[in-house]
Amino acid sequence: MTVRVGVVTFPGSLDDRDAMRAVRLAGAEPVALWHGEHDLKGVDAIVLPGGFSYGDYLRAGAIAARSPIMAEVIDAANGGMPVLGICNGFQILVEAHLLPGGLIRNDHGDFIRRDQKLRVESTDSAWTNGFTAGQEIVIPLKNGEGGYIADDATLDRLEGEGLVAFRYVDVNPNGSLRDIAGLRNERGNVVGLMPHPEHAVEAGFGPDTDLAMRSGTDGLTFFTSVLKQSVLN
Amino acid sequence: MPTIVVEVMPKAELLDPAGKAVAGAIHRLGENRITDVRLGKRFELHVDGEVDDALLDTARQLAADLLSNGVIEDVVSVHVADDAHASTGA
Repeated sequence: MTVRVGVVTFPGSLDDRDAMRAVRLAGAEPVALWHGEHDLKGVDAIVLPGGFSYGDYLRAGAIAARSPIMAEVIDAANGGMPVLGICNGFQILVEAHLLPGGLIRNDHGDFIRRDQKLRVESTDSAWTNGFTAGQEIVIPLKNGEGGYIADDATLDRLEGEGLVAFRYVDVNPNGSLRDIAGLRNERGNVVGLMPHPEHAVEAGFGPDTDLAMRSGTDGLTFFTSVLKQSVLN
Repeated sequence: MPTIVVEVMPKAELLDPAGKAVAGAIHRLGENRITDVRLGKRFELHVDGEVDDALLDTARQLAADLLSNGVIEDVVSVHVADDAHASTGA
């Protein structure tokens, strides 16, 4: 049976189509979900894509986190369904309290776009189980408000429980505390990160590698990981 | 029309890049007695009818749950505006 992965479109989402394409390239069936509905259409997993939902008014992700479909997404996440939040999706997960901490304006004040090296710190999640622990990957990063913050007690707990999923390597592009690029929840079904795996899934369109220009496809493993997870369940 | 004003500021211990950029502009204008700027938000909630304690409680709840994010911001004030000082947009 084909695994069905829903991608939610909010007003201001930019990368929903790219996320759907990544789902398809990984071998699953993408299902378009709409922010204004209360219908998950029976999907097996959910992606909250990047963009500037609701214009990032109030705070990045804040209004989207209270949109109609998020009631169902939060219930599904609490029930164990895999949920991946990318960039604005990560901000939405944080605003919805599915992941701890907050994301603030980059410390240097500028929007940044770069191919970013990350270290996979946790493979115990629905979206990272296809990586090896400590593996270094390169995927695009593009945001203005990607600085991850939390109080020291929360940061210590995240480290102690192995909930830091990804860390920036070589360059900390936005002032994120402890170089945190992404998190998972305790159960491992919810993952959020600022960089964009869906933009590194097909040779010719990804980051440069030592082998060839734009040949990087490190992001594909996020989407094949959730397939493996869904087949096992 | 009564107005409930909610004021939210970034937490003091956090870097405020927006405030820092504004401070830079002030310094470039030659005013160096102003050393630092922090940039927050003011919400004006216009009310149809009277503001009673229950509605103020609701406003405080909204301020905590929606208008601010306690991880990065503090609600510094929730109060009924004096008409003379509220901006009406008129």
